[in-house]
Amino acid sequence: MEPKTAPEKFIVPIGPQHPALKEPGHFEFTVEGEVVTNATARLGFVHRGMEKGAENRTWVQDLYLMERVCGICSHVHALAFSLGVEKLAGVQAPPRAQAIRELVSELERIHSHLLWLGVAAHEGGFDTLFMFSWRDRETVMDLLETISGNRVNYSANVLGGVKIDINEKQADAIRKGMDFLEERTQHYLKVVTEDETFLGRTRNIGVMTYEQADFLGAIGPTGRASGVKRDVRVDSPYTAYSDFPVNLVTHTHGDLEARFIVRIKELYESYRLVRELVDKMPAGELTVKVPRRIPEGEVISRVEAPRGELLYFLKSNGSDKPERVKVRTPSLCNWSSVLVTAVGHNLADMPMILAGIDPCFSCNDRVVTVNRKTDSTQMDWEDLRQYGIEYYK
Amino acid sequence: MENLMQGVMEKVKTWARINSPWAIHYNSGSCNGCDIEILATLTPRYDVERFGIKLQGSPRHADVLICTGPVTLQSRDRLVRIYEQMPEPKFVVAVGSCGISGGVFQGCYNVVGDISEVIPVNVYIPGCPPRPEAIIHGVVELLKSLQP
Ligand code: SF4
Repeated sequence: MEPKTAPEKFIVPIGPQHPALKEPGHFEFTVEGEVVTNATARLGFVHRGMEKGAENRTWVQDLYLMERVCGICSHVHALAFSLGVEKLAGVQAPPRAQAIRELVSELERIHSHLLWLGVAAHEGGFDTLFMFSWRDRETVMDLLETISGNRVNYSANVLGGVKIDINEKQADAIRKGMDFLEERTQHYLKVVTEDETFLGRTRNIGVMTYEQADFLGAIGPTGRASGVKRDVRVDSPYTAYSDFPVNLVTHTHGDLEARFIVRIKELYESYRLVRELVDKMPAGELTVKVPRRIPEGEVISRVEAPRGELLYFLKSNGSDKPERVKVRTPSLCNWSSVLVTAVGHNLADMPMILAGIDPCFSCNDRVVTVNRKTDSTQMDWEDLRQYGIEYYK
Repeated sequence: MENLMQGVMEKVKTWARINSPWAIHYNSGSCNGCDIEILATLTPRYDVERFGIKLQGSPRHADVLICTGPVTLQSRDRLVRIYEQMPEPKFVVAVGSCGISGGVFQGCYNVVGDISEVIPVNVYIPGCPPRPEAIIHGVVELLKSLQP
């Protein structure tokens, strides 16, 4: 991704420290007048080397490390990791644990989507909506806190089950919270589909056609807003999603408005699921025993994070530490779609287009090999290490 | 006479600083958890703006640098640069276990360490992540310490 520079063009750099983004990323927009003609991104500011770090920790310690890949979708990371480890160990968490895992996943999706709604509105200059949605988000943060004891990084999972249980009092609080949020969400849906000024910033902006989305590999709500019918919860149900199924939400327009609508409609799905889950929570144990040494083998586990498909590859050599942990997170898959849809829009639309995919840096700053046709290079671990040492000398 | 004027000016400046500190936020490699809690302090439930605390964009206008996360090799230079761009006197608040000790990321190959290894820190706020109340408390403690 080299920036094209011609004398009359102007490059606007944004970041890495940037008031509107809470995480560091660096972008360069080439503009001609107001219109963006090229966009490049530089990521990697928060690359920490967690995959490698995971190899030096035990399986149990890794659970807590992996939960901190991202603070917004912490539960799904721990979930994908523990599902993988359980598959390797040949055990399965009891039904009640599975239902609680799904419950926390959905609560997390609600918090994440509301967070996104606020941030995206803020990027467009609609600070009232930002404040409103974050105020309402506190409802679900409270619920997460009552059931897990922490507002972020709930550590609900343990290998072989969950460590939290839901009692009647908490269930009631959850029901009440969902009623309140549902009412508020109705209002938001109205705002994003009817408000003139809002539509002026979102309708037909950042359009990504189905073909583009398919070609660029867009996933999650970003892809679904362009009609890509893909959702791990539906395609290959994990935890309790086969007993409590979710309906796929898609849209065909592929513009920013569609991305708002898809995410808000997904909120309704989540409210419905959460209610169903607390009403029909299966009874029983919360954990099964998982051996300390995990049998040799390889496994892939997939879950649907709020931003799209999250994939874990785990390899065990039979010891108490993993041999390889590979994480593939949805944000990275969606980046290329931004850089393509940005071209041809006004510079003023950039913040919203950027926010439109719900970007998250902490999870996508991993080492990637870009397979360009001509000058692609492959490095093994030693080379890479040497390269790093040279680079930072 | 000049001395007197200067003294008065200093007093006014300190008064202004304590009553309305402007803060800037930099994430040097955190997991996001701390950052969303910092953002939450700006929103209606906690609303630090009622105390005059304002989060804003440019380091050149900031009194307080709020840092989150361990420092990665990539962002180390940026962090130092932002710190150097801030006008004197400047204060640093490290939020979260990672900023204090490296937290769970200790020993990862791209992590330099905690924030105090790179820039001097005035206030540490523990927690993973600290609650918004704790973050507000930390900033208030910092302001208290500035009281003459
Ligand atoms: S202290 Fe915890 S929440 Fe904060 S950045 Fe570190 S891991 Fe994330």
